[in-house]
Amino acid sequence: MRNALQISTPSDREIAMTRSFDAPRTLVFEAWTKPELLKRWLGVHNGWSLAICEIDLNVGGRYRYVWRGLDGIEMGMGGVYREIVVPERIVGTERFDQAWYPGEGVGTVTLVETGGRTTLTQTLLYESREARDAVLRSPMEKGVALAYDKLDEILASLATA
Amino acid sequence: MHAARLDATFAALADPTRRAILARLASGEASVTELAEPFAMSQPAISKHLKVLERAGLIASAQDAQRRPRRLEAKPLAEATQWLENYRRFWEGNFERLDSLLDALKAEHGRKPLKPKQRKRV
Repeated sequence: MRNALQISTPSDREIAMTRSFDAPRTLVFEAWTKPELLKRWLGVHNGWSLAICEIDLNVGGRYRYVWRGLDGIEMGMGGVYREIVVPERIVGTERFDQAWYPGEGVGTVTLVETGGRTTLTQTLLYESREARDAVLRSPMEKGVALAYDKLDEILASLATA
Repeated sequence: MHAARLDATFAALADPTRRAILARLASGEASVTELAEPFAMSQPAISKHLKVLERAGLIASAQDAQRRPRRLEAKPLAEATQWLENYRRFWEGNFERLDSLLDALKAEHGRKPLKPKQRKRV
């Protein structure tokens, strides 16, 4: 790993992440906001693909991501952009389809460039501590749980057949 | 992983007094009186916090029936940090893929000049 990731919980309702990249922030901003680029990195591991990625990069514009896992399990999320400053700041709401945490989150991404390197800070603010803690249990962990739920369904249908 | 127990763990950890109690117990077991000492709080108030910690499985009472000293239980705490560890691993993976993508983009941009910086403030 070239640049260490720092994760902290600055308050009961927040998660903050900081990470540096060896690239100018125009590129990091593009990678963060262009669907064809996001599909190459965001959540695409262990058989998951970012099957749907739609972005209307305007204040009040919506974005929508849907990941597809093995066995056709899907996980979707989306929100509305509140603030966009190219290439340094994005503020947007987020909500997952499965509603595995109550209410909505607000994400703020800031990009600071120094000498061709970019420091990215992402802060996620949730409506309650419970919501924040649910998020800390990681989206893909939830994806695994969903996969097991699906397996339970299948097993149950086999049992009654 | 037991979701209900994790909820109890996180709820117990959300309070600064309870975190301070855990920090104190990390250096060894202590009685309720000893635990109450550093806080401007009555013993019943401290006992309430101890009950929350006990229900979350974060502390236990030792055998000594007279003093009933409390001690730290490491496992639920380890589970709680394990969740954070999964979250970290998820994002580390994302950012490592982003590193590779940025390398590829830099190589592309090296062959053609970068677009002038756009600025849009709203």
